[in-house]
This record gives sequence, C-alpha cells and structure tokens, in this order.
Amino acid sequence: MSIVKTENVIYEYVKRDEEGNVDGVIRAVNDVSLGIRQGDFIAIVGHNGSGKSTLAKHMNAILQPTQGTVWVDGMDTRQEERVWDIRQRAGMVFQNPDNQIIGQVVEEDVGFGPENLGVPTEEIWKRVEESLRAVGMYQFRSHSPNRLSGGQKQRVSIAGVLAMRPRCIVLDEPTAMLDPSGRGEVIRAVRELNQAERVTVILITHYMEEVIHADHVYVMDKGQIAMEGTPREIFSQVEKLQKLRLDVPQVTLLAHELQQRGLGLPDGILTTQELVQALKELK
Amino acid sequence: MLRDITLGQYYQTESVIHRLDPRVKLAGTLLYIISLFLFENIAGYVLAALFLALVIGLSHVPFKFMVRGMKAILFLLLITVVFNLFLTPGETLVSLWKLTITREGLHNAVFMALRLCYLIIGSSIMTLTTTPNHLTDGMEKGLRPLKVLKVPVHEVAMIMSIALRFIPILLEETDKIMKAQIARGADFESGNLIRRAKAMVPLLVPLFISAFRRANDLAMAMEARCYHGGEGRTKMKPLVYQRRDRLAYLCILLYLGCKVAVGVLL
Repeated sequence: MSIVKTENVIYEYVKRDEEGNVDGVIRAVNDVSLGIRQGDFIAIVGHNGSGKSTLAKHMNAILQPTQGTVWVDGMDTRQEERVWDIRQRAGMVFQNPDNQIIGQVVEEDVGFGPENLGVPTEEIWKRVEESLRAVGMYQFRSHSPNRLSGGQKQRVSIAGVLAMRPRCIVLDEPTAMLDPSGRGEVIRAVRELNQAERVTVILITHYMEEVIHADHVYVMDKGQIAMEGTPREIFSQVEKLQKLRLDVPQVTLLAHELQQRGLGLPDGILTTQELVQALKELK
Repeated sequence: MLRDITLGQYYQTESVIHRLDPRVKLAGTLLYIISLFLFENIAGYVLAALFLALVIGLSHVPFKFMVRGMKAILFLLLITVVFNLFLTPGETLVSLWKLTITREGLHNAVFMALRLCYLIIGSSIMTLTTTPNHLTDGMEKGLRPLKVLKVPVHEVAMIMSIALRFIPILLEETDKIMKAQIARGADFESGNLIRRAKAMVPLLVPLFISAFRRANDLAMAMEARCYHGGEGRTKMKPLVYQRRDRLAYLCILLYLGCKVAVGVLL
C-alpha cells in the first residue's frame, strides 16, 4: 500500500496587487499523480520554482490541494479532524535549521513533538534518546542548538521528527543552506534511517549527487512531473536533464561526453567506480 | 559588541542553582527585587550583596558573564546616576557653574546605581541558570491559577520561550546586516543622535522582514510537529518540588526576614 498517494493534485496561488485585487493565478502544482511505497527512498528534484516544495507541503497537510486529492497512510489530507494524525505519520524537515528548532537545549527540542502528541514522560525520554542515537547526536543532547554546525542542527531536526515515530519523513531541501561536509552528514543520516529503520524518505533537493542513492526519482518542471524512474534511468537522459536546467553528476557527464565521442560506454553511469569498471571492460 | 547581552542566555554547567525548580527561582528573583526596594540603609545593601554573592558562588557561573550583561545597560545606569546626582534638591556639597551636587543627590545616585546593579545581576542569574523552556514551564505552572480568569498562560509562556530562543539568532543577524551596510558605506557611528537614529532605519527594515520570515517558518515547523496549543500536551520535564526546592524557599524567606529585621531595627 502507498504511504503517500496523490491524484491529479493542482495547487494555485492567488497573486494580488498592492490594493489587494486579484492580479492573476499561479499554478504551482499542476496535475501531479504519484504513489510512494512504504520503506522507499524517494527523491524529488527540480530547479527553483518547479513546484517541488509546494508539493512537499501537501504531504503533511500544511497545504491542501486546490483540486485533486492527497492521501497519507490512507487518510485524505482535507479531513480536518485527522490533521494531527497525518502530521504524526508524515514528519517534515525544513530548509533553514535555525527556524525549526524550538528548544534551547537539543534534547528539549527533540522532545517537543512527542510532548505535543501527549506521550507520557518516560516514553518521551526513551524516544528522545533513541532518536538522537539514530542520527548520531546523542552526545550533544545537553548542548544549546546555537553552538552546533548547520549539519548537526539539521540532524537534530531530523531527530525531532523521528521522535514522533513517523512512517514517512519529508525533507524539504534540508541541505540547501549547508556546506558540503554538512550536506554529506545529513544525507548519510537520512540514508541510514531509511536502511536501518525502514522509514520512508521523501527528499526534495536540487543537488543531483544526493539523488544517486534513491530508489525512485521524480523530476519536476513547471509544476508537473517531467521525468520519473530509477536514478540510472534518469541520468541516462543527460540532454533532457540539461534542458530542464538541472545539473548532472560530473562522472555521469564525463561518461556521456565520452559516449558521444564514440566510446561504447553504457548509459547512466553514476559513480567513479562504475566508470572505471566500464572503461576497463572496453579493452 | 551586540553579543554581549547575557539576559536570556543560558550558561551550561552543573550546580545546585541550575537544578532548582524554576518556580523557586522565579519567586526568589521576584522576592529579591522587592527586597531591594524595601528599606534603605547600608546594612541592608550589604546583606543583599552577601546574599547575591552566595547565590553567584553556588551557581558556578563565572562572574564576568554577569558583568558582561551589565554593559548593555550602562547607558541607562549613567542616566539614572546623572539625574539623581544633579536634580535632587537638598544640602549643597559641590557647586559648579549651574550644576549642584547635593548630599541627598549623591546618596540617591549611589544607592540607585547599586540597586540597579543588584537587580540586573539578580535577574541574570535566573536566566543564566535556567533554560528558557524550563523558565517558561515554571511560569506556566506557577501561574496556572490565572487560567480561571481566562489568562492565556500557556500561550504567553510559549511566546516568551520563543522570543528568548531567537534573541541570539536575531542579534547575530543584526550584526551581519550592520556589517553588510557598513561595507557599502553606511555610517552608524558618527553624527548627532537624530542622524544616528535615522541611520538605523536601513538596519531595522531588513531585520523586521527577516524576523517575519522566521516567524512564518517557525510557525510552520511547529505545526508540522503537531503543536496545537497547551491542551493535551504532556511534559518531557514535568515540574515536581524536591527537598532542595523547599530548602531554597526557606533560604529566601530567611534572607527576606533578615532584610526586614535589619530595615526595622537599624
């Protein structure tokens, strides 16, 4: 069964001029239908303004579709009385690490979600410890979030979501404000969760290197799904990706250029090792 | 320079004061401040200073952290001193041109300054040894009876704790915007008061915009984590009075008793 399912979802922003008159309607998400299986690692990519963040906000009922339907774990996100159930099942991590940490101490912040859910005190402590260990931040439990690096703050945010015991985590460009080492840190933590705890991960990003390990990739453009498939299928279409103004990992690009010049390399090479292997086999 | 304000900054360490129930610290601080304004005599001030020194010693927070918080209100302190010094009528001590310093003025200025220092240090001990979450938990629980009067105790406590959490972030941001403006030729340092105030406008506008953006993000993040007000909420760190809290109450009452006794007798 799908953990998240959308059917013909349309979302429209109403643009207003300075007097508040309707100036036009912008369709941020245009007729998106997708189904995400429990336990998968899904990546949604697209350049700025492609509607990927708007779509993400539908997945835990922060936004409701203008038309169409979104189901989370079988619940329609428009049922207002289920909204807290939905948000517990599908947790969300946002872009700016500073703007989503509520607690002044790491462990208090991780406990914020379970407190809201009305979890008994001992159980909260258990969950906080488990969640912090899962993202490798347990030794920082009594620190102030202000003294952590960006990558560490994002891991705390992930722990905060984990403590609510969600079935699915939506990460809305969690690495956009981080340096490369922080980015690696966060992606490793997310992959680990997906593999060890079988939490469904929906990663929204515009860094193509982060997509390589996904089970399934959706490429969005102008509010629509322009491409979908495994990372290999996606990256074998280098020209199409470039037309959508998306970067391709360097190795994939190199392999593609070599292929164009007549070398018999396979499509969709994703890692350096793969390219080395393929080149060796050429001889 | 902007990071120097310690009010609302938690200092992480282990101490008896840190472990006290926030309700004790809140009540204690309030009683201490009241005690400062109760009687005016030297013995009373010495007593207040001794009590403060004892608490500082117990809190394991370096004294320079508290003094750093004082710098921010130095200006206020100076104004208070100057006004008291020159504008109190009484027996003239020194007379320079149109300014006269009176005995009463000197007396008032010194004691007012002392009071303010005690007050700032006393309240910064509370914020240095209590995490804002803990502090607001204390307020929420301590003020719960007011709920009957429809006072939104939980909401106010939440607002306070968020405000405290964002003070350092917004200070850092102010610093950043200031530097960016200075790099492009803005001048915050020279000119008279009005010109300087005008120079602050290009600093405040981006700061306000950013604060609103942050507020919006934070509200979304809180909702995403199922925050829906105080109803049905449990506590990760519920407040229960311990033996040390009762002892602390006793100490505070003892101090208050001594202060009153000294005030009445001397």
